[in-house]
Amino acid sequence: MQEITVKETMVKRAKELLADGTVTRVIGWKAGEFAYDSTPAVFESAEEIDKDFVYDGFCAANVSKYLVKESAKEGKILAFLKPCDTFSLNQLTAEHRVNRDNIYVIGIPCEGKADVNKIKSSGIDGITGIEEDGDNYVVKTVYGDSTVAKADVTADRCLTCKSKHHVVYDELIGEDGEDNPDCGRFDLVKKLEEMTSEERFEFWRGELSRCIRCNACRNVCPACTCEQCVFDNPNSGVAQKAAADSFEEKNFHIIRAFHVAGRCTDCGECSRVCPEHIPLHLLNRKFIKDIDELYGDYTAGTDTESRHPLTSYTFGDAEPSVVHERGVE
Amino acid sequence: MQMSENEKFVPTIVAFCCNWCSYAGADLSGTNRLQYPANVKIIRVPCSCRVNPMFILRAFQRGADGVILCGCHPGDCHYTSGNFYARRRMTLLFSMLDYLGIERNRTRVEWVSAAEGAKFAATMNSFAEEITKLGPNRRLEDLRCKK
Repeated sequence: MQEITVKETMVKRAKELLADGTVTRVIGWKAGEFAYDSTPAVFESAEEIDKDFVYDGFCAANVSKYLVKESAKEGKILAFLKPCDTFSLNQLTAEHRVNRDNIYVIGIPCEGKADVNKIKSSGIDGITGIEEDGDNYVVKTVYGDSTVAKADVTADRCLTCKSKHHVVYDELIGEDGEDNPDCGRFDLVKKLEEMTSEERFEFWRGELSRCIRCNACRNVCPACTCEQCVFDNPNSGVAQKAAADSFEEKNFHIIRAFHVAGRCTDCGECSRVCPEHIPLHLLNRKFIKDIDELYGDYTAGTDTESRHPLTSYTFGDAEPSVVHERGVE
Repeated sequence: MQMSENEKFVPTIVAFCCNWCSYAGADLSGTNRLQYPANVKIIRVPCSCRVNPMFILRAFQRGADGVILCGCHPGDCHYTSGNFYARRRMTLLFSMLDYLGIERNRTRVEWVSAAEGAKFAATMNSFAEEITKLGPNRRLEDLRCKK
């Protein structure tokens, strides 16, 4: 029942701030085509909020990226940010990609979002609606209702949530949470590292061969905010061409992950939007893990002052040959 | 990579050399009449820091079998700090390539000063030998990019 009260508070505050002129717009979520694809939306009046505003277990989208364009417009915008979204906003502020003065942030609690694919893969078809009921979701289908526990369908990225702490906010709804250093988000990366290089190659070939280059991972990423992207270069030889063998999109994925290395806040949006369910966050997490191990613990977005690891250095940094000296071949 | 049934495999090697140290080092090894493999293709860059990860992957996509980056020794950069950034970048890139299961010895970074003609030749010889041993690059090539 907690989600409903949170939503009610959100709606109340949004209307108040619109009414007293603090903000001119509100960014939150509205219902999508289905019950499980709540999508980011901008509201300009109390009527619009009454009509469309939602906040439920499926409001997984990170709205920080939208603030790049929205905060450049005239008038202040109210943004509802989950803890992981606040890291992204902080990182964007540090990079001067958003106008922080134009944003009013309300931090909202998040108990982990649901992954509809988990509901679907448990054998539930023909979903017509989903309602929250305490710790359960009541899934309405054309074949009748079924109930699933929220804990059973929590998205993987939320199971390894690094922090429930809001790093930036102007006001907060509910209690602020805490960092969770024992979240185990690198467990899978470690498992892959322990494999032989042949096994790793087969694993990644299997995953990346499904890539259809829809660019959704790039478009959704709050760290990918270049006006023009290297991958749209028609002279690259790979733009708009179908892959010729099973591993040809690796270049895209290595560079995509590299371009956000040190700036990735590990929000997990890339994997969430992937229509082929490629675990793209495992590439980003590898960079995060390497940076932590080689250059000291660093969490992008924690503050807006520190220099990110790829734009700083020390004299005693490891040589690239450390990679060659690793044990397993 | 050029090879037929009876021929020995001759790898294509791309060497990115910084203008101030390694390129001059390559020049010195030439004027000293030191031998290094003719299949090492040198690309001169203003600084090792000019090389972004895309350059390396692009070389592989288009048919290189090994890529080596040479720059000034750490601390000796013409631009003071370029090679420090390059060092971090390449460490992370090589680690990622290894993570994807790509032979880790196909890439290398070596610091070669303008006075180290002998080191340049020795480095290229040993790198070419290593790549010949590894065989043709299959995992990183991209048929779409080849002419």
